[in-house]
Amino acid sequence: MKSAVKKFKGLSDKAIAWIFITPTLILLLAINIYPLIYAIRMSFTNFYANKIGREPKFVGLKNYKKILGKEEIWEKMQITAHFVCWTLILQALIGLGLALLLNKKFKGNELLTTLIVLPMMLSPAVVGVFWTYLYNPQVGLFNYVINFFYDFGVFDMIGSSTLAPWSIVIVDTWMWTPFTMLICLAGLRSIPNYMYEAAEVDRASKWQQFIHITLPSVLPFLLLALLFRGIENFKMFDLVVELTSGGPGSATELASINLKREAFEKWKTGYSSAFAVILFVTIFGFGNVYVKVMNKIKDR
Amino acid sequence: MKKILSIFILPVFALFFSLNVKAESLTLGWAAWDPANALQELSKEFTAETGVDMNFEFVPWPNFADRMLNELNNQGSTFDLLIGDSQWIGAGAVYGHYVKLNDFFDANGISMDDFNPATVYAYSTWPKGSPNYYALPAMGDALAWAYRKDWFNRPELQSEFKSKHGYDLGVPKTWDELYDMCTFFQGREIDGVVRYGAAINTERGSEGITMGVTAAMYAWGMEYEDPNNPYSMDGYFNSDAAAEAVEFYRKMYEDCAPPGHSDAYMVANLDAYKSGQVAFQMNWYAFWPGVYKEDSDGRESGFFANPCQNVCAATLGGQGISVVSYSEKQDLALEYMKWFARPDIQQKWWDLGGYSCHMDVLGSPDFVDSAVYAQGFLDSMGIVKDFWQEPTFVELMLPMQERIHDYVVNGKGSAKEALDKIIEDWEEVFEADGKI
Repeated sequence: MKSAVKKFKGLSDKAIAWIFITPTLILLLAINIYPLIYAIRMSFTNFYANKIGREPKFVGLKNYKKILGKEEIWEKMQITAHFVCWTLILQALIGLGLALLLNKKFKGNELLTTLIVLPMMLSPAVVGVFWTYLYNPQVGLFNYVINFFYDFGVFDMIGSSTLAPWSIVIVDTWMWTPFTMLICLAGLRSIPNYMYEAAEVDRASKWQQFIHITLPSVLPFLLLALLFRGIENFKMFDLVVELTSGGPGSATELASINLKREAFEKWKTGYSSAFAVILFVTIFGFGNVYVKVMNKIKDR
Repeated sequence: MKKILSIFILPVFALFFSLNVKAESLTLGWAAWDPANALQELSKEFTAETGVDMNFEFVPWPNFADRMLNELNNQGSTFDLLIGDSQWIGAGAVYGHYVKLNDFFDANGISMDDFNPATVYAYSTWPKGSPNYYALPAMGDALAWAYRKDWFNRPELQSEFKSKHGYDLGVPKTWDELYDMCTFFQGREIDGVVRYGAAINTERGSEGITMGVTAAMYAWGMEYEDPNNPYSMDGYFNSDAAAEAVEFYRKMYEDCAPPGHSDAYMVANLDAYKSGQVAFQMNWYAFWPGVYKEDSDGRESGFFANPCQNVCAATLGGQGISVVSYSEKQDLALEYMKWFARPDIQQKWWDLGGYSCHMDVLGSPDFVDSAVYAQGFLDSMGIVKDFWQEPTFVELMLPMQERIHDYVVNGKGSAKEALDKIIEDWEEVFEADGKI
């Protein structure tokens, strides 16, 4: 035992660091990097995973050309963009609003925070299933509440091509606004009080305090929350599948749902690998630009 | 001491050996629905006869194809026996997922002539109609209709219907009559509750709306391809009659379905019917024993085969039982199949609520009177038509689901455009598969 300790003691700091890092590196290589490289390789072939015995042929950029030239893929991207943009806008506004509200000290603050945070602790599949009941035009609570304020009559949120894209936005916003709220709340609580005290000495109004102190301080936190939500929603799958199955028709078929259908229902492995690479590059590209912008804002 | 030890050790050994004797087991995969429970009950007899334990994995319908086809494509040995959908037979045979059964049938005196020809053609053969068998017909099924007989028997409704349409309110003989009856009940208040016409298939995710719309398309006389020129679909699948049938189905959805019935298949249709929302439900024969058994509180159900229009036809359901080629217990699985093919077991299968395809059962003089839906089942099995059974059937199913749902539920474009686009998608699939 002693000799083992001695041997360990004889190692350099660099060697010890490598010992600790190596298992993680191996896992990363096995779980992330190898499949990524494999998928990139597959994306240049006409491989079908279900056609046993059929050797994949190299097809060059054919899959990429096909995807980028396909009108339907752009439709799916538009549907995804609609979903991502609106959920981010709503979650930013409502999340920040709730955080400002909960940053005040009042009775029941902790209970309210717990209740607001509950939706994001549920499984997306469960949320999808119970919102289908809430949206049910005959017995659902959603129609009842809307009709309570204004009589729209019977309307089917998930059966109408106009309303269905909004139905998924509403559910995602309901579920994930608490996440944005929590991050913003952390930002708000990190603002030192003396800044507001100094502003008050300078006779700054509440609005000026919000614009010049609160917003700039909380913005990096909000942007970080939106980055996480943006990446997640770009890949959104389970919640929408449970809620609408991508329907009616293809009105809510997000890019990720289409990718799953191509990859694991049609088994077009080569084609779907190319599609996955395109989606990965898109997220990666947007993510990088976003982080750069975020850092600039933070540095200001 | 030795005596004391033997008192404790011997029972442990006895238990170990008894467990070992019972260790022989088979795993059967199927969808999670009423007939699966009946099969589980029936299989207890197999265990009693052979000592082989039967394990079952029943997967809910929406995930059934995904789960099973993934298992087969990964050459998994979870299942020894699989009751797979009729459309899977092509992939099962071509990709080597299923064991070819001809030699086994010959060696054990199992003749396909003993089974209903339509079921043998649909569930067992590949290439279609050839004497190459990859499954034993296990569960005959077709898409049919249930209706509220108790409402139909009400004199005031009968007279109102007759004065409005000029013929009796009863089992519809055509889709036009079905539409008249559905709209007659749509929004009608019966016993103080608003009712609707019909719960029809509109599901988007798996195969629901395709199975529903083809019930109409077959009745309008649609063919998938030119019989003399395989895979040539233009003018057949998108014929005027086929487009008219799709338009009619959309009309049924708009004028007869209950609100919110935009993504409905088997369970949703059953729920709408059982909760008293609708006068009609479209569904598989497999569910009728349960529906009939659960008639209560004045509900009386009637059942009928898919109505005719230009021709008489029905959408085929049902499955054959196959031995998975990746199973390590193929011999044992074949033993189960041999047992299941026995006429006495087939009779018990029908008695328990399974739909036997054995001619001894179907041809028995008592069969028609053995259940209220038996005659309808016989009628349907004589006129069934199935979706493509090609190895690429999933690739063929998905665009049809999307295009038809887009038109019927979403109201996008026209029926003709939807069918034209489906043909384009299918041609692409057949081209990739080297068929055209």
